[in-house]
Parts: sequence; C-alpha cells; structure tokens
Amino acid sequence: MKIETLHYSKSDFASGQEVRWCPGCGDYSILSAVQKTLPELELEKEKFVFVSGIGCSSRFPYYMNTYGFHTIHGRAPAVAMGLKISNPDLSVWVVTGDGDALSIGGNHIYHLLRRNPDINVLLFNNAIYGLTKGQYSPTSAHGSVTKSSPYGSLEEPVNAASFAIGSGATFVARTADILVKHMAQVMAEGYHHEGTAFMEVLQNCQIFNNGAFDSFLDKEVREDKTIMLEHGKPMIFGKNKDKALRFNSQIFSLEVVETAKVAPEEILVHNAELDNPALHAMLSAMKGPDFPVAFGVIRRVKKPVYEKLLHQQEEDVIQSKGKGNLEELLQGRETWRIDDAVVDPELLQ
Amino acid sequence: MKRITELDAEIYDNYEQGQEKRIQELDQVTIRFAGDSGDGMQITGSQFSATTGIAGNAFNTFPDFPAEIRAPAGSVAGVSGFQIHFSREEIHTSGDFADVLIAMNPAALKANFKDVPRGGVIIVNEDAFTPEDLEKAGYTSNPLEDESLEVYHVVPVPITRLTVEQLKDVDMPEKDKRRSKNMFALGIAFWMFDMPMLPTEQWIEKKFAKNEILKKANLLALRAGYSFGHMTELLPIHFRIRTAHLRPGLYRNITGNQAISLGLVAASQLANLPLFLGSYPITPASDILHELSRHKNFRIRTFQAEDEIAAMASAIGAAYAGSLAVTSTSGPGLSLKTEAMNLAVMAELPVLIINVQRAGPSTGMPTKVEQADLLQALVGRSGESPLPVIAVRSPADGFRKAIHAMQIAVKYMTPVILLSDGYLANGTEEWKLPDLSDLGEFKVAFRTEKEGFAPYLRDEHLARPWVKPGTPGLEHRIGGLEKQNITGAVSYDGENHQSMVQLRAQKIMNVQKEIPDVVVLGSGRSNILLVGWGSAFGVITDARLELAEEGIDVDQVHVDYIHPLPANLGDILRRYKHVIVIEKNMGQFAFWLQGIYSVNVEKFNQMNGKPFKTSEVMSIVKGLGSNI
Repeated sequence: MKIETLHYSKSDFASGQEVRWCPGCGDYSILSAVQKTLPELELEKEKFVFVSGIGCSSRFPYYMNTYGFHTIHGRAPAVAMGLKISNPDLSVWVVTGDGDALSIGGNHIYHLLRRNPDINVLLFNNAIYGLTKGQYSPTSAHGSVTKSSPYGSLEEPVNAASFAIGSGATFVARTADILVKHMAQVMAEGYHHEGTAFMEVLQNCQIFNNGAFDSFLDKEVREDKTIMLEHGKPMIFGKNKDKALRFNSQIFSLEVVETAKVAPEEILVHNAELDNPALHAMLSAMKGPDFPVAFGVIRRVKKPVYEKLLHQQEEDVIQSKGKGNLEELLQGRETWRIDDAVVDPELLQ
Repeated sequence: MKRITELDAEIYDNYEQGQEKRIQELDQVTIRFAGDSGDGMQITGSQFSATTGIAGNAFNTFPDFPAEIRAPAGSVAGVSGFQIHFSREEIHTSGDFADVLIAMNPAALKANFKDVPRGGVIIVNEDAFTPEDLEKAGYTSNPLEDESLEVYHVVPVPITRLTVEQLKDVDMPEKDKRRSKNMFALGIAFWMFDMPMLPTEQWIEKKFAKNEILKKANLLALRAGYSFGHMTELLPIHFRIRTAHLRPGLYRNITGNQAISLGLVAASQLANLPLFLGSYPITPASDILHELSRHKNFRIRTFQAEDEIAAMASAIGAAYAGSLAVTSTSGPGLSLKTEAMNLAVMAELPVLIINVQRAGPSTGMPTKVEQADLLQALVGRSGESPLPVIAVRSPADGFRKAIHAMQIAVKYMTPVILLSDGYLANGTEEWKLPDLSDLGEFKVAFRTEKEGFAPYLRDEHLARPWVKPGTPGLEHRIGGLEKQNITGAVSYDGENHQSMVQLRAQKIMNVQKEIPDVVVLGSGRSNILLVGWGSAFGVITDARLELAEEGIDVDQVHVDYIHPLPANLGDILRRYKHVIVIEKNMGQFAFWLQGIYSVNVEKFNQMNGKPFKTSEVMSIVKGLGSNI
C-alpha cells in the first residue's frame, strides 16, 4: 500500500559528480535510461542501492544520487547478497560488465542467478576490457584482434543471456545502449520481477571495440538482423515483417521462415513464462548470419526468492522453537554445578 | 602431582579373588581412547570428558582424528583418538602423555603407545588382534605376545566378544552388536576412575529415544563394561581424582568453535542487531558455521557462500546494511579473502574475520595445529592495511574474545581478525557460565541525522559514521577507491592519500584504549619471561606452574591483543634478561615484537602439527642451565 505518491524527476537521481566515461561511450545512455526509469518506479529514493564491481561500467554508482557501493572486481553479486539478506526492503541493483561478471566474477554471478534473490543485474556488455585499455573479454568474438591478442583471440565467446538461462535465472533480458526506450522498458520490467532480473545491455565501446554490434544493431540492418521478443506476440521480424521463427521438431531447432509462406499457427508465439528453459536458451543463443539476435525479455518465470525463504525460515524456527533464550543457549546440553559446599575452603585460598 | 605412572608396579599384584578392590587417589590423569575412525572414539571421549566435569574435575581435551573421512579400516591412517586430561587442580592443557590408553585395535595401539610413559596402563581389545588385523596395522608379530610392551601395565580384554555376549538377547545382527563395543570400553573407564554412569545413561536414553533396540544395546554394553572392571582380576585397583577446587558456579563443557559461536550470538543479543555469517566450509572452522546455522531463532543469518571470497564479500554487504557481520575460515581461506578484507579496510565497515588456523602452507595438514597465519593476519594484504588482530587463548576464551572483537569492529568501523586454531577449535575445557549481566553493554549508533552529514566524518576515535542504506537524506557512495577525508569523494591526490593512510593506521592504534594491559604471571622476580599468544597459553601456564613446583621461578606474559599491542608490553619485555617467545611457527610473533620494540628475544618454535607438550616448554627453561 502506498501512502503518498513520490514525485521524483530524472535530475533527483543524478549525483552531480562529473561523469568520466569517454565521450560517446554507450554508458551515458544507460545512465540516462536508469535515471529516467527510477522516478517511475515510485520507490523512495533512499531505498535504491547500486552495487558495482570494477571496470568502466562499475563507475556507475558514483553518478547516481542513491546509496552506492563501488566494490571489488567481480564480487558485487556477493556484496549485494549480504546486503539484500540483511535488508530485503532495499531495491538492490548490481552494475557489472562482461569482464567483471563473466570472467573474474563468473562464479558469483552464477550463484546469484541460481539462488534467485530479488536483485536487478545490469550487465554492460561491450565485449572488451575498457578500463585496462583494450584486452579481449570473455564475450569478445573469436579472432578478435586486441592489445592482448595481436594475432587474434583463440577463445570462443560466452553468450551472457544463454549463460544466465543455463544458470537457472528467472528473468533474462537483452537490450542495447542505443535502444533508449527499450532499455527503460526492460529495466522497469526487471525491477518488477520478483527474483533476480538479469539484463544484458549491449554497449558500444567507442575507443577499443567500436561498432562491435553494428552487424545487427546498425539502423540499416537492425530490423532484419534482430527480433524484439514480446510475451504473447508472434515471433515476426524484418523490415517488412516478412520473416518469422518456427520450431523444427525434426532437428530440434529454430528456423527462420518467410511469414507469407507458412500458416500463422506455425509461427512461434513468445512465451517468456515457460518453465522449461530449452526454447529460451535457443532464442538467447541466436546469432547471425542465419538468425536474428533476440532482444527483450527472453525468460520471466516465478521461483522462490532467496531472501524471502531465508526470512520465512527464520520466522518458522521462531514459531516452532520460540524466540532464542541466551541463557538457555549458553547452558547447552549438559551443565553441572560446583557448590561452595563441595569445595574445600582451604583450597580456595 | 600424583599420577598413575608414579605408582609402584606392585599395586597391580597381590590381589586375591573375591577381595574388595582397592581405590587409589590421584591428582591427575590423562586418558586416551583410540580406535578405528568408525569405532565411535569421539563420542566415547566426549562422554567421558563430560562426566569428569560432572564429577567435579577440571578437564581439557584434545580430539585427534584423521583428515580422511574413512581411511581403510584397521589401518594406522584411520586411527581416531580422543584424549582427556582431568585433574583436581586447574589445568590448561590436554596432557603431554596418556597415562591410560584404551586401544580398540592394533593400529590404534601402534599409533598411540609411544605417547604412554613407562608404567602407564594400556587396555586393548584383544579380539581385534587377529593375524589379519595385525597385518593391516603393519605389525609383524603380535605386540601382546612379544616384549614390546613390557614397560607398561597391559590389560587385554576381549571387548568385542564380551559385548556381543552381553547383547545376546537383543534383536539385532551380530555386526551391529559389535558396534556397541565403544560403550563397553567407556564402562571400563568409568569403573577404572570411579565415575558415575548416570550422565551417559541419560545421554543414551535421549539419543536413542526413538530406537529401543539401540538404546538397550548401548546401555547393556556400558553397564557390562563397568561390571567387567569390577569383577576382573586384571584390574585389581581403581582410581579416584578428587574434586577440583574450581570456583563455585554453573559449568559446561565447551569447544573453541562453540565458544566463539556462542560469543557471536551473545554479541548480537547485546547489540540488539541481527548477526550475519558468510562462510564457506573449511576444516577446522566449519563447526562455527554449523553451530550458528542452528540458531535462527536468535535472528542469526548464516549464508553458505559459493567460495571464501563471496563469504567475505557477503559479510561486507551485510555490514553495509547494518548487521553484525562475520566470516569464518582457516588459513587458505584467509588468503582468498584478503582483497575483500581490504575493501572493508578502505570502506571502513565493521566485519569480524575468524581464522581458525591449521598447518600450512597450501592445503597443508588441515586437521593439525599451527599458528603460522599470524603475519598473514597482520600484514598479508596489499597496501598499508592495518586492522586489529586478536587471539583466543583457550577454548572457553573464544566466548569473550568474539564479543570484544565484534565490539571493537563496530566502535572503530574496521574489519577485525580473531585468530583461533585447530587445537582450540576442537579441544574442550570446562566453562563457568557467565552471568549475562556481566557481559557489559554493546552500544551501536547508526547515523540518521542529515544536518552536517558526510560519509567520512570522524568521531573521537577516528571512526566514520555507520549509515544504513534506506536512511532518508544520507544517500552517498563508498568504495575501494581512495577517498577524500570527511567528504568521501574519490581522490587521487597524493597528499590526501598520505594523510588517509596515516589516519587509518592511527585509528587502529586508538584501539589500544580498548585493550587491557598484559599481566605478568608468576612471581615477577624471575629474569626469564615466557611469552606466548593464542593456544600456547595453556601449555606455558602449566609449564610455569610445574617449574615452580620444582623450585624454578619463571614469569609469563600472554598476549591476546596482537595489533595493537597492549600499552605496557614493551616495558615488561625490556625488564628481562631472557625473553622466550613460544609459538607454533618459525618465529612470527618474535619477529613482530623485535620489529616493534627492538628487543632481543629468544625463540622456541615447533611445527609438528601437535599441541606443545608441557615437558617441552619446561625443558627450554631447564636448557638455559647456568645461563639463567
């Protein structure tokens, strides 16, 4: 129940600290989208906490006029976990990058997702290490030529959204820095999801990996190379809405078909709420040239929320055992009394 | 002090059938139960020690179990032991030697008989000395038949056979009947020391309340063992330890890990704040996680993190939120936590880090004792990273130390390391329960006032304010980057950094106000000072007392607060001709004292994975000879 309507504007969420990302960095538009979204959530400003790790993305909390904690490389999910358990009323946002979340912090993000606390994760994916000036990251394409891979990277990249689905995430979305309105929608939806909301934001690093996502996000090709998933809507895409996705059960695979050439019922309808993650995993993994890249909320399912279970368990134990009594606890299973009487007074001297 | 091994060998002779058995008073006894790791020796030992307490003795115990969960049955690697030292005097160690060894198989005999001094009593389960069992233990001849044990008083008892016989009417398979043999052995021990069976009988009734058959089997075996002791000609004499002159009050048996855990619960109650423990299982610290996870009705929140780093990081998050935050670990885990600990140093958040040390480096010997994480705790982090380091001196001491460490963390807004070790963690002693009203206050003040707020404002101790996220109007940012003092703005200014490094160091030095001066134990007139920290307290104390009985006067100081050190320590050290620092490492505390006070110290170091022996410490002093 809301007592009063809160009236915040975007500027209420700007800390006033000089923003120090490179000119033209995609992070600016993400910051702007967050600052625009938060006032609409109608939550008291002091309840937002932004927790970040290390990297360009992780400077984010300094620019927000909320509580913020710039922690250490990869560990923001673990800090957020302790914070959320201790105070479930807070709206906790983890801001991280592809290196922070998927390389050094891979272990933590995986466990965060499977535990499903009500925490929002914004993963800024620019497929490069920016702050350390241009080494390949775990999401960099195979063969990427970077400072640490002058002859091309040897590694297969990880797909952040697929990883999240594989980790048991209950909410997985993909958006991009240039999709300004879409970003805000996804963030609002992530906020309202009860459980961990994993939001991958493709973000352009103008300096070290410029145009990394142009092959599908460039305005010229975007409609043909991406698909905007919406729950309950058929999976149709393309400049002329001429392409669609169908499931081929013979080969257990998605396929792109021409909308006009198939019966409407053959076209898949997006159901983000399917418990079985198989289709969501396929959607998240789609890439060119054969498939469009999926954007939007790929998966959104209801699962028990970690901190609620923890506090419920606490209440249940108090119900069954009664509130803890320190004196009894200290006594333990067995005590014995040494009386004055049995002690030889001479020995006491 | 009169011991079994000081008695004449003839006491075991001259016994005629039917004659009333003699009872001999002793001052102290050390008994060790040893068997295969599946033989239930830990339960047997802890029942025996609880009973010694109930009987009014002082006691100190040391369990010794293999790192392997199930080493091959009958092998020396699989031997599990439990030693109890009990006395009519206050004692501080689990005993150098076992006056009485109860060995359930050849491997247990082989692994332990060397710790029995000449004249000691060895009770063996002779049923387990088959050629096959002897071979598993690596014996080429039967030690019960050759001369290898002739300096001991050996009592072979067919423990397995007598147990099975006693349980002939119990409806269970024979192999299960054999499992009650540890209760038979315990019954013999109770008879041998004239101790009551009632506490164990009550324990059995409670433990097996839902299983009549097991209850009956265990009770029958226990009583049969006791009766056997009474009837057999093998034991013509039994013993009694007079009640110890402990201070009157209510007592219990407690391990170091339990004492620390209960201290944390008490701290949480005193501060009226929920306690958060972020922890990752690691030997020998896991029991703290186990114990605290049972106490949810005290609003204790335990979080089994994905790794050591997350355990520390989650504790930082909890501290940031306004909980009393703790993480527990052992050496290798402390290494992993260091970067996150530095975040707590920089963000100035109160987190208690409990390090139950074990023998290292790397995986080392996880179940064995060492004190070699001292320098890691003091300086093992990047940058200038000062934080208070406090050590636990005995199992029960963990209770008060945990409370005090947490209070210092909160008052000074700093991470604090509390050092324990594997000996304290699993060893037990009797603990006189504290009066709750004596535990003192635990004041916590969260900043809520907007007027004049800045995140790195300083109070009179140099601590910054503790602000819970969710407090209106105090929104601010903190993190690992260097901060401008007062404002908390990110700062790369070198002058500011220098002053912040000095300020953080001074803040920790201010903790000296919270810690008591060290007390010189002994006459204060010796020119030899034995210095220890942590679990060396017990052994140095017992050595000093025994030396005094022999007419050798030595003094002792024990340092519980290692950073900052007690204000009067330097002056005390400078008063002595011989300052001997006794520790289970290569001389880390000696190095620390030399560095801080520029004093000459002598070192006594040992890294054998076992607690010091009283006799070893005594021999250092005796080794000084005329040099005193």
